[in-house]
Amino acid sequence: MILDDFMTRAALAGIGTALAAAPLGCFVVWRRMAYFGDATAHAAILGVALSLALSLPVFAGALVVALVMATAVSLISGRGYAMDTLLGVMAHSALAIGLVGVSFLSNVRIDIMAYLFGDILSVSRVDLAVIWGGALLVLALIGWRWSALLTATLNPDLARAAGVDPKREQLVLTLALALVVAVAIKVVGVLLITALLIIPAATIRPFATTPERMGILAALVGMASAFGGLRASYSFDAPTGPTIVCVAALLFLLSTVVSGLRRSA
Amino acid sequence: MPLLRGRGLIVAPTLVHAHDLTVEYGGTTILDRVSLSVTRGEIVTIVGPNGSGKSTLIRAILGGVTPGRGWVEKPRGLKIGYVPQRLVLDPTLPMTVERFLSLPRRVSKARAQDALERAGVPGIGKRQMSVLSGGQFQRALLARALLETPDLLILDEATAGLDQPGSAAFYRRIEEVRAETGCGVLMISHDLHVVMSASDRVVCLNGHVCCEGTPDVVAAAPDYRRLFGEGTKGALALYRHTHDHSHGHDHGHAHHEPADRDAAE
Repeated sequence: MILDDFMTRAALAGIGTALAAAPLGCFVVWRRMAYFGDATAHAAILGVALSLALSLPVFAGALVVALVMATAVSLISGRGYAMDTLLGVMAHSALAIGLVGVSFLSNVRIDIMAYLFGDILSVSRVDLAVIWGGALLVLALIGWRWSALLTATLNPDLARAAGVDPKREQLVLTLALALVVAVAIKVVGVLLITALLIIPAATIRPFATTPERMGILAALVGMASAFGGLRASYSFDAPTGPTIVCVAALLFLLSTVVSGLRRSA
Repeated sequence: MPLLRGRGLIVAPTLVHAHDLTVEYGGTTILDRVSLSVTRGEIVTIVGPNGSGKSTLIRAILGGVTPGRGWVEKPRGLKIGYVPQRLVLDPTLPMTVERFLSLPRRVSKARAQDALERAGVPGIGKRQMSVLSGGQFQRALLARALLETPDLLILDEATAGLDQPGSAAFYRRIEEVRAETGCGVLMISHDLHVVMSASDRVVCLNGHVCCEGTPDVVAAAPDYRRLFGEGTKGALALYRHTHDHSHGHDHGHAHHEPADRDAAE
């Protein structure tokens, strides 16, 4: 059947991940949380190490550690610490501890590169189910909280007056982010996850008039990048995860040029 | 009538009651045992120099600041319309006026148009929030706050950025709304002419409640005169005010540099 082809599985995995990552990425961009995505993603490698040590599914370990990191960062933010410094410490410490941890696991032969940059061509049917399950869950979560999330993003006091608790919405985003990270590890790896979040949203910004359109168009851009990147990596025999991000970056460049021309015209 | 659904603590017409609120940030007392209440159909204005805790008081009432001591009572299901002092939209967030009016609950196009017309800015529904003039922006904020016929309207220096006729029209609109719907209004204003002509009750705040009462009573109060100069002619006195006075009465707290509190507001 059709899923027997590894290229088909890879394409579906990439499209599923981009579908969830891009609309979430809009909130990451609107709320200036790029650092937050990075910290969560880097922490996930620690989750990978733990799951390998304990013989648990990598997805589960990455999800739990990403969730812990994202929650910790959420709690710390807005308390007057210098966020970028603190995040730099936490994100890279988690990454380093994870890498050291993995190196101690002498009984497993693993290719750490697969977790740093993704290994989309080795996606199994089970992986595919996990990726699409996670992606649909993220989409459902964001869709359900969409208006409340937007109001809280605009102004926390405005949200409170309307009966929306900004802290709860922050938690929703935290959860969604951890899920996307766990899902995307296999596709682009922890180092490039933030790219899938941010580049599609930034690419489409000049052409969107409402938040909804930006979310939908960003998802399309993300899916096109995933599909295009996969084809390009096949043609040029290049690593797939980075190629997907390269295609996304090209689209961003194109969008910047076109919107610049439109403005000056 | 939603007001009667309170838990018995609140007498029917009271919309909000703050009891002895004390708020501290890092050892600085922003609010010192401040009590305040607004009843249905009443316009209450808070005046006070920069850094006197006006915005903090509003945020405590909205629930964004947790007081160290004291509490805020609001009837269950109280509908609050809130117009913030300013709303900064992230440039990456596309937002038409029409979409903004539907946050967080969707309203029909006809109602949105009607709301804009009544706010004095018809036909701006399709425009981006980012291209509106200061006056149009504030009116759009007001239109949104009035959409759900609030029980309590909270305005935090809502006319900042409006010219004299603009702000006069703005406050006339507020009085109309109060007459039409019987809502209560709690506002912060720097425009002493407006305060004196449009308020039922004035609360003069300077960390603590210096004095309160009808505009006549407050205008004659020695504390108010010390803060704002003689009479209400000198609206400029407010801006020139250097906060170095000492009150004759014993409050048991030191007055701090206004700059400190500005940062906290």
